Parts: sequence; C-alpha cells; structure tokens
Amino acid sequence: MITASRSSQLGATTLLTIVILALAWFVGFASRLFAIVRFESIIHEFDPWFNYRATHHMVQHGFYKFLNWFDERAWYPLGRIVGGTVYPGLMVTSGLIHWILDSLNFHVHIREVCVFLAPTFSGLTAIATYLLTKELWSPGAGLFAACFIAISPGYTSRSVAGSYDNEGIAIFALQFTYYLWVKSLKTGSIMWASLCALSYFYMVSAWGGYVFIINLIPLHALALIVMGRYSSRLFVSYTSFYCLATILSMQVPFVGFQPVRTSEHMPAFGVFGLLQIVALMHYARNRITRQQFMTLFVGGLTILGGLAVVVYFALVWGGYVAPFSGRFYSLWDTGYAKIHIPIIASVSEHQPTTWVSFFFDLHITAAVFPVGLWYCIKKVNDERVFIILYAVSAVYFAGVMVRLMLTLTPAVCVLAGIGFSYTFEKYLKDEETKERSSSQSTNTKDEKLYDKAAKNVKSRNAADGEETAVSGNVRTVISIILVIFLLMFVVHATYVTSNAYSHPSVVLQSSTSNGDRIIMDDFREAYHWLRENTADDARIMSWWDYGYQIAGMANRTTLVDNNTWNNSHIALVGKAMSSNESAAYEIMTELDVDYILVIFGGVIGYSGDDINKFLWMVRIAQGEHPKDIREENYFTASGEYSTGAGASETMLNCLMYKMSYYRFGETRVGYNQAGGFDRTRGYVIGKKDITLEYIEEAYTTENWLVRIYKRKKLPNRPTVKEATIPIKGKKAAQGKNKKGVIRTAKA
Amino acid sequence: MAAQVVPVIAKLLEDYQKTTSSKLKIIDAYMTYILFTGILQFVYCLLVGTFPFNSFLSGFISTVTSFVLASCLRMQVNQENRSEFSSVSPERAFADFIFANLILHLVVVNFLG
Repeated sequence: MITASRSSQLGATTLLTIVILALAWFVGFASRLFAIVRFESIIHEFDPWFNYRATHHMVQHGFYKFLNWFDERAWYPLGRIVGGTVYPGLMVTSGLIHWILDSLNFHVHIREVCVFLAPTFSGLTAIATYLLTKELWSPGAGLFAACFIAISPGYTSRSVAGSYDNEGIAIFALQFTYYLWVKSLKTGSIMWASLCALSYFYMVSAWGGYVFIINLIPLHALALIVMGRYSSRLFVSYTSFYCLATILSMQVPFVGFQPVRTSEHMPAFGVFGLLQIVALMHYARNRITRQQFMTLFVGGLTILGGLAVVVYFALVWGGYVAPFSGRFYSLWDTGYAKIHIPIIASVSEHQPTTWVSFFFDLHITAAVFPVGLWYCIKKVNDERVFIILYAVSAVYFAGVMVRLMLTLTPAVCVLAGIGFSYTFEKYLKDEETKERSSSQSTNTKDEKLYDKAAKNVKSRNAADGEETAVSGNVRTVISIILVIFLLMFVVHATYVTSNAYSHPSVVLQSSTSNGDRIIMDDFREAYHWLRENTADDARIMSWWDYGYQIAGMANRTTLVDNNTWNNSHIALVGKAMSSNESAAYEIMTELDVDYILVIFGGVIGYSGDDINKFLWMVRIAQGEHPKDIREENYFTASGEYSTGAGASETMLNCLMYKMSYYRFGETRVGYNQAGGFDRTRGYVIGKKDITLEYIEEAYTTENWLVRIYKRKKLPNRPTVKEATIPIKGKKAAQGKNKKGVIRTAKA
Repeated sequence: MAAQVVPVIAKLLEDYQKTTSSKLKIIDAYMTYILFTGILQFVYCLLVGTFPFNSFLSGFISTVTSFVLASCLRMQVNQENRSEFSSVSPERAFADFIFANLILHLVVVNFLG
C-alpha cells in the first residue's frame, strides 16, 4: 500500500517535471520567434552571415571539403583558410540536423535549420540547467532554474531565431559540461568524467569560451584542495577529465596545439600536477608517522612548486609556451585594449557593462541570486563550491565586458532558482505541515510539487524553531509578493525579447507618427544591387563590420571582414577611409578595389553608421600608420568629434566624409530646415558642395542607408600624335628579357 | 635529509609488501610498465626532438592518460576507499576504465596522423 502510493507519487513528480521542462522548452522556443513573426525567416546581424555561408558550403561540398576550404573571397588579396580558423561545432550541428531531416524525407532548406537552431537549443539549455541545479540543490530548484534560463533576456539576446551564432549552442554545451563535471565529482566515476570530457570537446568545437571551462574546473579543484576537501573522487574525476579533455580539444583544427602551448591552459595542467602530489601524500599519510610525513613532503612540495614556476617561465622565455594573450590582459585591465588593441575595444560588445544592463538582462534574478549564493555558502559542500566560484568569476567577467553577460546568465539563473525554491519551500511548506497535522485536506497539486522538500522540512522544523515563528499571514504575503515578482520577470523578459533583441539589424523597422510600421530594407537592396550589377570577381571595400554580409548576401570579394585576424590589413582600409581622395586612391589601386561601400544614417537617423564608427577607423589606422594619420586632426578646434560647422579641414576632405555626404547638401528633410541637415548627429554638415575626382557614385539605396561608389579608372593620358619611339625594337627586347626593358625604359 | 628520507621510503616499501592485495599489485605492475614507456618517450623526445608534434603528443598523452586511468581504477578498486566510492562497484569501475580507454585510444589513433 505504502510502496504503491510512493511509486504513484514518484510517477506524478516525474510527469510534472517532464511537463514543466517541456513547457519551458516550448516557451523558450516560442518567445524567440518574435523576429520571424515581425520580419521573416532571415539570418541576423553580422557573424551569423558567415556561419550561414560556411554551413551552406559544408552542406554543399561535404565535411572534408569544408575543413580544407580556402576562401579566396575574403581578405583580398590574402584569402582565408576557413577550415583552420573556425569553430566547426555550429556548422556540424546544423549540418547533422539537416542531414537527419533529409534522410527522414523532410526536405528543409539549410537556412531554416540555421534560423531555428538557437531557439531549439534554448530548450536543451533549460534541461541541462535543470540537471545541473538538481545535482547542486534539489529538483524543485532545478525546475525554477530551467524556467528562468528559458526566458532570461541575458541568454535570449544571443539565441533568438536567426541569430545563428556560436553562443546559441555553446551555452548548452557549457551547462551540460558543468552538469557532467558535478556529477562525476559526486560519484567519482570515470564514466561521468569521460562523458564530461566528451561534452567539453563539443564545447571546444563550438565556441572560444571553452577557455572559461578549462580554467573554472581547475579553479574548483584547487579550491577544494585548499579548503581541505580533497577526496579520491576529486582525483578520479579531475585527472581523467583533464587528460581526455586535453587530447580531445586538440582534435579541433582551430585549437590545435594550444592546450599544451599557451598560458591560458597552463593552470589546468598545474592543478593536474598538484593533484598527483596531493594524491601521493594522501596515500603515504596513513602509512607513516606525522613527523616523517612532514619531512618528506613539506620539503618536497616546496622544491617541486618552485621548480614548476621556474620551468613555466623558462618555457615561456624559450618560446615553447606562449605568454598570456592581449585578450586575456584586457579582462583584468579594462583600459588595456583601448591602448594596445583598438580593434578589440572598437567592438561595442567588448565595452564594460553598465549597471542598467545587469537589471535589463537579468531583472529579478539579479536581485535574488545573491540569496541563492548565500544559501550555497551557508550549506557548502563539494559541488556547491563550484557554483560559488562560477557565480563570482562570472559576475566579474560580466562587469568587464557586456558580451560576457552571457556566461553570467546561467549562473544567475541557477542561483536564483535555488533562492526562490528554498524560500518557497520554507514559506509554503511549513504552513502545509501545520495544516496537515490538523486536517489532511491540503492543496494536492502543491504537495506533489514540493513533496520531496516536505520530508526535509519536517525534520528541519524541530531544529530551527525561530523560522516557524514567522506567522502564517506574513508567510502568505511574502509568497504572494514573490509570485508577483516572478510574474513581473515573465513580463519583463517578454518585453525585452520583443523590443530589444528581436531585430535582425539587416532589416530596419521604424514607425510613422500614426504608428504604422515602416520596413527599411536598404541593406539587402544594396547587396542585391551588388550581386546583380557588378562583375563576379569585383572587390568591394567597406569597413570590416560589413564584410560577412557582403560575402554572404552579395557573394562578392571583400577586403576585410568580421574575422579581424589581420590588424594591418584593417588598418590599411581604415587609412584609405580617413585619407584624402588622392591618397586613398593610391591605396585602393594597390588593393585592387572596384567598389567602396559606406553606411550612412544621416537621412533616417540611423546611429550605427560609418560616420559614428569613423573615429575607430582613424585610431586603428593611426596604430599602424602614425605618420600619415593623426587622431587630433579629425577633431574640431575645441577638441570635439564633429562633422558639422566647426569640422577640421582633414575631416572635411577625408574619403569617408566625402562619400557619406556627397550630394547630401541638396536634400531637405523638413520644410523649415536647411539642406544637408544630418538627422543622426542633429546638425547641418560642415561642407555641402562636395566634388569627387577619383571615384563616382554607383548606387545609393532608397533611404540613403547604403552608398556604393566606384573607383574610376585613371583617365587616359593626352595622346601623342606621332609614334616617335620605334616600337619594333621594343617588342623584340620584350621577348628576350622583360625586366631589362623596364629598366632601360625608366632610365 | 637523505638519512631521514631513506628509512621512510624503506618503511613505505615494507608496508606496501605487507598490506597490498594481489589485485592491486597487478595494477601497480601495469602502472610501472606505463611509467617506463612514458620515461622512454620523454628521453627519446629529448634526444631526437618532437618533430611530428602531434605524434609525440598523442604517444605521450596516451601513456599519461593510461597511467592516470589505471591509478583511478586502483583507487576505486581499493578496499580502503570503499566508503568514498559507494556508487562504484569494482566491476563497474573496470567497465568505466575500459570505456575511458576506448575513447582515449580512438582519439589517439586519430591524432597520430
């Protein structure tokens, strides 16, 4: 009788868990579809366009061709080895899904697979988060955490439909790896550790953020050792994980030998070595006296520790191990990137996070997660040390870079889940146990949800009597307030997802004064024009932001793109944009540029245009060509950055200014406004009569958002009337030795 | 120092002979063998060089990982640690060991080049 009721209860709990997770998946999926409903099934932004193009290439030509793909349409004239410079996890995942669907006779275009990949994975992330939280705390907390992560704006921002980027699948891999790590630590089983290594391998193949894992897990192991929580289980799980993970991660071509060659991976190795020594100590401790133990190991440990540091620095000095990279330093010193690597600092998502965006992305969970953290610290055990370290380090990194908000979100969701679950357990359950003693009729549904917690609470009741002293009314009020907070979180998450994160940025949307929507499709208009009206091998120069889009949508050769691997090449383009026309012409001739593409938002008030990014072009160009480009020259006399009345002469004559504002003086926005009023900057431009000598306007889109110019061929020289030089002799010489002819001709 | 260390090691050895079960001794023999292969490879790389770096790495990591996995197996099978590994029976430990080795050597074969 008892076992029957227990098993039925278990069945009900399982059913409820599955239903809640399925609903979380569904809600997570559905709330990410705003962009598709409003616009269409389209790839968003910049990087996703490259991922899509690469996936398309892989599906068309097969996996091995993809790994060996040399893309001659990017980074002209250098080209790019795509197979060796890309994390292939994303492409392989969608390629696999496409293949499975295809073999089941569901013929879906690869674009649809790419568009819907991130929303689909959000459900898997929710499940992985549930599993992780379940291991850390309780199944109830896991369900909370799963629901939080499914709709949390911090994660939605990178995983809406169409946002086909590495992060979409990487957060799932991250959470799942952490789950497996905690699981393997708890059981001390080699199998879980191996599975953790396999999951880590998937993460490595998907995102560069894997470095976070390979430093966090060793940090956890180290913290456990320092806290005196070393156990054989730790040894088993960490060492088998580390060894397998290292060799597995080296199978990804882009990672290559980095796990044994760069400083970022060395802490993991150090902890691995340390664990061997600690294990040996542990083995010997039971077998010899304390006195002997001290002499043997304290001495030995200091010598080995000193030796390890010396060897590390010797390896760095000898060039066997690369020192920490600039990206690493920029995590500790936020001013570092601006001085040393402007190209990293120029990306808006690498800026430090504002306080507002913490609230914006996390809402109530940002306020509750310290509570969960506090509970974890109060009832610390081996695996809770992990989530504490995870949360603390992620909070730090999220403060340094907006982009890393993404790694904070899962930790916050887990801890907020713990916080809410624990509080509710107290405030809902205590009441029930009291009621149960008087009458058996309680809310059956609630009982099922919290039945596991009930047992704990009952036994706990006796222990902490002060908490039961809170009166029933207070408990009810607090529970209701918390539920209201949760409802507000849902409203906020939906609002943010719909208004802030569901814009493809390829298609712009604005509204008229009556509230009608206007769709501005200038980008695709321009790229389509390029596709139809230019030669197949035409080279298009633009700032690097638009490289992937041009390659993806216009299918034309670009000079620089979002991969930003070659700073000097980018600086050259920046120099061309910021030089005057004749100097720019020389650079463009050297680089074989046919068309130049600029984004100009002055007509419609689009703030992400090239004039606003221009200062970064100048800075990056100055970094490589300090003689020709000086940042000060582009400021007004009072030291401001402006294209208006007070703009400097250099500014008014640079190519970017000319291309952006060419013929702009003729336009008139309103009745009472002067011509050439820039709506983005909010003033009339400095110089209206712009003439172009070396380039000509080729195409300007409907709202002037994209302007394309063509580099003119040099005009013919005035013809010579009579052929004074004997041509015959020259031809004969050419046949013999070409170089000789040129030299003599010059002389 | 040496005068202190020698008796400690002697005691450890003596203790080892007395208390270790024969099952564990087999694993220890296997580990010693791997240790020598590892040392051999390291000496080879010092003398000849690491030229096909992936081959060297896969060989060396293979020995290191085999050693580590064997020591993990040893810990799990050891009766002294029974309390720590409540969920892992000796048979399960051996199956896990084989599973991990399978993954390892598949990867090593791939990486060998």
